[in-house]
Amino acid sequence: MRKHLLTAAAVLALGAGTLGLGAVQARAAGELHIYNWGNYTNPELIKSFEKKYDVKVTLDDYDSNEMMLAKIKGGAAGYDIVVPSDYMVSVMAGEGLLEKTEPNQMANFKNINPKWIEVYWDKGRHYTVPWQWGTTAFTVDTAVYKGDVNTLKLELDPPPELKGRINMLNDMNEVINAGLRYLGYPRCNSNKEQLKELSDLLIKAKASWRTMDYATIEKLTSGDVDLSQNWNGAAMRARAQRPTLKYAYPKEGFTGWMDNVAVLKGAPNLENAKLFQNFVMDPENAALISNFARYANGIKGSEKFMDKDMVAAPEIIPPAGTQDPEFVPPCDQKVVDLYNRIWTNLKK
Amino acid sequence: MADRTLQTTAPGGKPAGRRPFDLKRQTGFSEIAWFCLFVLYAPIAVLIVFSFNDNRSVTLWTEFSLRWYRSALNNQGIQNAAMISLQVGAVATLVSTFFATLAALATTRNERFRGEGLVYAVINQPLMIPEIVTAVATLALFALIKQLTGVGGIGYLMLAHTVFCIPFAYMPIRARLEDMNLTLEQAAADLYATPLQVFRRITLPLMMPGIVAGAMLAFVVSFDDVIITLMVAGPGETTLPIYIFGQMRRGITPETNAVSTLIVLLSVVLVALLFFFGKRRR
Amino acid sequence: MAAETASVPATSAPAETERLRLAKAAIRRGKLRTRWLLLSPALLTIVLVGLLPLSIILVYSFLEPGTYGGVRWVFSTDAYVQFLFERDLFEDTLTFNPAYLEIFWRSVELALLSTVGSLLIGFPTAYFIATRPPSRRNLWLFLITLPFWTNLLIRTFAMMLILRDEGVINIILMKLGLIDQPLVLIYTDGAVFLGLVYSYLPFMVLPIYAALEKLDFRLVEAAYDLYATRGKVLRHVILPVAKPGLVAGCILVFVPGLGAYITPELLGGGKSLMIGNMIAIQFGNSRNWPFGSAASLILMAIVLVALLVYVRYAGRRRGHG
Repeated sequence: MRKHLLTAAAVLALGAGTLGLGAVQARAAGELHIYNWGNYTNPELIKSFEKKYDVKVTLDDYDSNEMMLAKIKGGAAGYDIVVPSDYMVSVMAGEGLLEKTEPNQMANFKNINPKWIEVYWDKGRHYTVPWQWGTTAFTVDTAVYKGDVNTLKLELDPPPELKGRINMLNDMNEVINAGLRYLGYPRCNSNKEQLKELSDLLIKAKASWRTMDYATIEKLTSGDVDLSQNWNGAAMRARAQRPTLKYAYPKEGFTGWMDNVAVLKGAPNLENAKLFQNFVMDPENAALISNFARYANGIKGSEKFMDKDMVAAPEIIPPAGTQDPEFVPPCDQKVVDLYNRIWTNLKK
Repeated sequence: MADRTLQTTAPGGKPAGRRPFDLKRQTGFSEIAWFCLFVLYAPIAVLIVFSFNDNRSVTLWTEFSLRWYRSALNNQGIQNAAMISLQVGAVATLVSTFFATLAALATTRNERFRGEGLVYAVINQPLMIPEIVTAVATLALFALIKQLTGVGGIGYLMLAHTVFCIPFAYMPIRARLEDMNLTLEQAAADLYATPLQVFRRITLPLMMPGIVAGAMLAFVVSFDDVIITLMVAGPGETTLPIYIFGQMRRGITPETNAVSTLIVLLSVVLVALLFFFGKRRR
Repeated sequence: MAAETASVPATSAPAETERLRLAKAAIRRGKLRTRWLLLSPALLTIVLVGLLPLSIILVYSFLEPGTYGGVRWVFSTDAYVQFLFERDLFEDTLTFNPAYLEIFWRSVELALLSTVGSLLIGFPTAYFIATRPPSRRNLWLFLITLPFWTNLLIRTFAMMLILRDEGVINIILMKLGLIDQPLVLIYTDGAVFLGLVYSYLPFMVLPIYAALEKLDFRLVEAAYDLYATRGKVLRHVILPVAKPGLVAGCILVFVPGLGAYITPELLGGGKSLMIGNMIAIQFGNSRNWPFGSAASLILMAIVLVALLVYVRYAGRRRGHG
């Protein structure tokens, strides 16, 4: 029995190893290695790119900008494309990690909504093209809370019916920025009095929070919480399963973000990577991206190809009169140190 | 294992008032073992049930459906990830168990030697550092090696897994060998058995339960690793845990339940076959 | 192997001739060589791929953080100072700050608790398996480890399905009419404890089993025949044999338990930091690699001291067996 177990394990290992080698050798002539957020890339998009350019694409996942940065900075060679969020684009470009591919010269550049060209993280689009964009605010169950949802008070000084029924993102910047907006103080703040006030506010509010977690859809749909800080696309998916949920646009302000397709410096397949940047600016392809992950994409004319329920969703199209989302640039190290202290103190 | 078949008949002639004592049945132990099994399998049962759920969510039951198996079978990404996980796990388990067996032979069954404490600490070193730190440092080292040699590939990932599997494989084997009776080996040697024969016929069978336990632990640890793999894996080397981890923010689909169920099923079938053939040979 | 283990008769030194002394020395050298030869694959792998990166971490811990992660090559001991003290950014004075110590203590406490928990369940289970007929033992081992061939995250999600407000346990209890309000099971310390014990159970059961399996139950029987009580049998016969396994199991549960954070976050609700994620965010959002490095070296030092103490203790007990 034991001898069998060992033999089987050995055979299994060898077989698996050979299979792995075979897979490597079977690759097509052209390759492209994409490194993107998990569950974020439409397989149809990849298939269609592979077919059009006869390129074999590999797709790997990460779960946060910071993990991706740590890995790229650590010297992980081999990836061509990454999809960093706005602030991360400016960090990576500043660190010389991105290739200047000049998307503004590409054929499909004409499709970009002009609003997304002069952006703080890539003025004039010399490095990146839009992937998807969205907002970060929160979702409330209107069956539980009947009042006006559009205020951060619900997260930070909640009414009795929401106490202990709240999930916040486990994200230092999102939580601190929500607090700063509620208090009316500026972002990337290093004013100690204001930060003291912020810290007290968060510690008091934390008593009313049930959890701090990124898995917001599952928290809301399972009935564990009735309010969750989250992203608009996630809000829409949660609402599909719990129709009384409503995405709030807080009057104190809310975060906007955009993920962007960037090419890494020293990308082994530079030409294919450029082709891919051009490829995602095509309205039909951009719609493929949006239909899969449920966020808007910033490409003109993609609405025609998008799912009908998306074009009309209040999470994607804010009601008239809603203020613009705020895109927050990365803060300097002194601020990050202070935030870090507040965060450690909050969660100790 | 035929070396010790136990008879547990209660010896006669006991003074009155003493219950017959079945050594294999310490009070409550078997109940705890079955309870342990129940607790271990309850989540697995839930996981399997929800792999047949029609709903997209992994939390609400709607109705029976095979759609997640269909979509898992169509999902090249998740299949590749499962395949890579099995490959890396198998190689890391074999290599680390082999190394750990040698190391355990060297560190037990003899008087202590100078530097034993140090050796022990070194072998357990991969356990002692939080994964994220090992991950960042290993990445830095591997990047340097890749730059110098120009050699890439999945070997790096397997090597990284082998390292943190070694202590997990080593500990059960060591526990097995410690204070082990050496008389059998000495007797065999006295009867002119060659060292190799002694090892194959006596030492190895005695060690086997430890080796099996160590290998199983090593595989479990490799198969579950997230952080180190996240950092060290190159393009096209996404393992199953990484695939699932990447999905956490955007929501996990029951496809992962379906794949996990298939893996459990596969291992059950494999072991059942081994058992069957093992029995027949006897 | 036989040459290595064949023992040399211990005659008293004065009677020993010079030749015998030399021969004994040669044998001892030979034994030592074999020993290092056997150790070398494991040690070499760990030194090259484990300790070499560790020295990188050591270097990092004495540098300054880079602006967006990474390090700047400027010597600094701030990372270690920061662990206990808080530097006022404006006045440059140091005040004692127990926040990190509190986080450390919480993790130690949790790791200890889960070690005790898995010991209480793991030992009887291992004993039970070791007393099955030999042909069944591997099947039991397989049954114990099979659940762990699914992924940790998936298993944890499955546990959440069982524990949550609208989860399996609460639904059953409500249906039975035993409760009318759902019990709060999830996002509590109890849930975290349960989750950790669950995740680490095989790390406890397998080593204990490996040790216990060599127990000769005739000894236990003999002891009992000699009027030893159940407790005495356990203390003097079973425990000494199980001890190496118990120690191995405790190490394999306690040490990884210290760094655990995925299970505590998911089942505990993520409101409290563990050492593991405190260190992880230093390499992420907080962009302070030197502090992350320093904190993990401190963690390692604690574990190392505990291990060395154990080796001392175990070594004295083992003597010249």
